[in-house]
Amino acid sequence: MFEVLSNEVLAPDLHRLVVKAPRVARARKAGQFVIVRADIGDERIPLTIGDADSEAGTISLFIQAIGASTRKLVGIAPGGHIRDVAGPLGMATHLEKWGRAVCIGGGVGTAVLYPLVKALEKTGNEITTIIGGRSASYVILQNELKVLSKNLFVTTDDGSLGEKGLVTQVLARLLSDPEQRPHVVFAVGPGPMMKAVAEMTRAEKIPTMVSLNPIMIDGTGMCGGCRVDVGGEVKFACVDGPEFDGHLVDFDLLRDRLGTYREQEQAQNHVQEQAKCKIGRGLA
Amino acid sequence: MTEKSETEKNENEKKMSTKERMAIVRAQMPERDATERSHTFEEVNLGLTEEMAIREAMRCLKCKNRQCVAGCPVGVSIPEFVAALASRNILDAVKILRADTALPAVCGRVCPQESQCEAKCVRAVKSKSVAIGYLERFVADWAMSHPQECDEAEEMRKVTSTNKSVAIVGCGPAGLTAAGELARLGHQVTIFEALHDTGGVLRYGIPEFRLPKTIIDQEVAHLASLGVKIECNVIIGKTLTLDELRQEFNAVFIANGAGLPMMLNIPGENLKGVYSANEFLTRVNLMGAGQRADSMTPVIKGDRVAVIGAGNTAMDCVRTARRLGATRAMIIYRRTEAEMPARKEEIQHAKDEGIEFVFLTAPLEVVGNSEKWATALRCQKMMLGEPDASGRRKPIAIADALEDLAVDVVINALGTRANPLLTQTAPTLKLNQWGNVVVDEKTTETSIKGVFAGGDIVRGGATVILAMGDGKKAARAIHEYLSTS
Repeated sequence: MFEVLSNEVLAPDLHRLVVKAPRVARARKAGQFVIVRADIGDERIPLTIGDADSEAGTISLFIQAIGASTRKLVGIAPGGHIRDVAGPLGMATHLEKWGRAVCIGGGVGTAVLYPLVKALEKTGNEITTIIGGRSASYVILQNELKVLSKNLFVTTDDGSLGEKGLVTQVLARLLSDPEQRPHVVFAVGPGPMMKAVAEMTRAEKIPTMVSLNPIMIDGTGMCGGCRVDVGGEVKFACVDGPEFDGHLVDFDLLRDRLGTYREQEQAQNHVQEQAKCKIGRGLA
Repeated sequence: MTEKSETEKNENEKKMSTKERMAIVRAQMPERDATERSHTFEEVNLGLTEEMAIREAMRCLKCKNRQCVAGCPVGVSIPEFVAALASRNILDAVKILRADTALPAVCGRVCPQESQCEAKCVRAVKSKSVAIGYLERFVADWAMSHPQECDEAEEMRKVTSTNKSVAIVGCGPAGLTAAGELARLGHQVTIFEALHDTGGVLRYGIPEFRLPKTIIDQEVAHLASLGVKIECNVIIGKTLTLDELRQEFNAVFIANGAGLPMMLNIPGENLKGVYSANEFLTRVNLMGAGQRADSMTPVIKGDRVAVIGAGNTAMDCVRTARRLGATRAMIIYRRTEAEMPARKEEIQHAKDEGIEFVFLTAPLEVVGNSEKWATALRCQKMMLGEPDASGRRKPIAIADALEDLAVDVVINALGTRANPLLTQTAPTLKLNQWGNVVVDEKTTETSIKGVFAGGDIVRGGATVILAMGDGKKAARAIHEYLSTS
C-alpha cells in the first residue's frame, strides 16, 4: 500500500497526487513511469513520474480522470492509499547538452514534459517551452515551467490564455528565426500534435523526441500490448521507450491501437453514469 | 475410524499380492461436463475421491529401483508417498510430499506426468502407469482441507535460523520452490515480485480452469507460514538493482522468468484484435478481464478466434477464448496433431470443448478492415515432407494453396524471449547469445559469486516443473554456499 500525501486539482479532471514510494523515488530518473493500480479489480495504469523527492521518499503523479480506474485514483484523499505502485519503468530520457531545446507540451502531456524540462535544464540546455490547452483552465504547470525556461509561450484553442491557436504555430516561428532555431525538440501530448511537430522538424533535420502513451498492462515487456512501430521495427514502449525518435514513429498506428477498447470504455462509462443518476434520484 | 480398524486396513494393504494390485484398473479423473465447462472458468478436473485415490495408490508395485523418482525433475519420493496413501496414512503422505516439493497442488495439476514420472512407471509396460499426478493432487488438496493437522506436523520440524539471508527474484515456480527449500533449511528468504500478485506464470499464464487461483494462494500462504517474505511491485533491475540485493543479502537467486513475446513478423500483426498469448492470458488470468465481475480491465472477446501455435500456452489461449464466448475457437498449426508439443490431456480437453484444429496451415498475414481491426488470417496450406533435424517431418508449402480464415481475434502463442530488465542493469552477469543467463549446470551459479539463476531466464522457455527442478537444485547449492562462506 502506498500512501497518498496530497491530492491537488490542477485543471478540470487533472490531479497531482504526491505518493509515498521511497524505493521508486530513489531509483527514478527523468522520463520514467510507474504502473499503478488503485485497488483490487482495477486496471494497471502507466503514469509518468512527474517529480520525485528521494529524501522525502515521495513521487508526484499527474492523473487525468478519463476512465473508471483513473477517476478512482483522483478520488483518493490525502491519507488514503493506492494499492500498487511499481517502478520506475521504461528507459530514462537520453540527456545531452544540445544547446537550444524547445519543449512542447499539449494538455496533460505538459505533466509528462515537466520532468524532461527539469532534466534538460539541469544538463545545461537553454529551454524554450511551449504549452497549450483547450482553454486557460487546461493549461497546467505554467509557473513551474517558467522558472526553468528562458522563454515560455502559451497557446489556447479559444484564446482565453496566451496566444489563440496551436502550439505548432509558435514552433513554426521559432524554426524560421535563425536566432531561436532549436537544436533539439521534445514534444509530449496528443498523437496528432506530436505528429505535426515531427513533420515540421523532419525537413529541418532537428532531432525530435516524443513520449508515447500506448495501452500497457505489465510495463515490464511481458505482454507486448504497448508495441509501436519505430522506423519499421516493432518496439515495446514499456522497455524500449516511452521516448522515441519522433521522425521514425508511426503515429497512425499508435492512434489506431489506442482505440482498441474505446467501445468497451464508453459502455463502462455509460453504466457508471446511469448508476450515478440512480443514486442522485434516490437522494432527491 | 478407530485405531484398530485403521491398523487392520494398513495391514491388509501391505499384504496385497502383486496379482491383486495388477488387477486394479487405473482411476479415471472425474471431469466437469465438456459443454458446461466450455462456458465457465471452473476447474475442469474435479480430483479423485479419497476411496478412488487409495485404490489407485494400491496399484503401485513398490519397485526397488524407483524409476518414477528418476523421472521427476524435483525428485519427489513417489513410492513412499503413494505407499503412505495406500495404507491410508494421508498425513504421512502429506509430510513426505511437502518435504520434497513446495508446490504439490500445482504440480499435481500442471506437470506433464505422462512424459516424466508416469512414463517411467513399470505398470505402463503391461497396462497403464500409476496415476501419480492425480495422487499428488489428491494428497496436496487433502492437506489444504486439513490445515490444522498438517500445520501441526509442520510445526514439529521447525528449524533454527541460520541468520543467512537470500533474495529471490521472481515469485514464479522456480522462485517459490527455492524459497520453500531454503526456508526449511533455516535461511531468511525474501521474494521480490514485479507484478502486484504472487505466482508468476502460475497466476498470469495458467488459466483458472486448469489451476484455480485459490490453489496458488494456499501454496503461497503455506510458504509464508514457513517464514518466507514476499514483496510485490518490486522490479529488480529497476526498483532495486542486482548489486543492491548482493549488498543486502548473503545470496541471490534470479528466477524472473521469460519475458518479451516472440512476434509473428507477418504483415498486420499490429492490427487491433491481435494479441500475444502473454497479453491475452494476463488480461484474463491476472486482471480477471471477461472472467471476474469486479474486473475493470477489458479484453476483446472474438466470435472467431485463431490461436497460432500448438504448445500448452496455445491450448490455454484457445480454451480461454472459447470460454469468453467464441463460437469458432481455432488452433492454427503448420504441422499435424502428432507433432503438437502440448500435453495429450490438454489436446483432448480442448477437443471435448469444441476447439477446432486447423493443421498443416501457416499464417502469412493478418488482414484488417478500414478501421484497422483484424478480419481474416491469410494462411498457406502445408504438407509434411522429410524429417528435419528435430526428427519431426518438416512442413512444406503447397504451391498456390492459400486460404483466408475469417477471424475477429488472432492470438500469437509462439513463445517468449529473455526478459532484459534485470540483465541490462547487471553488466557483469554473463548471458548467452539469446540474452539468457549462463549458469553452472551442476550448481546453477552464475558468473557472479553468490548469485544463482534458474527457470525460464536460464532455459528460455520451458515448463513449470523444470523451473521447479531448477529452484530445488539452486536451493541446495545456495545452502552449500551459505554453509561454507
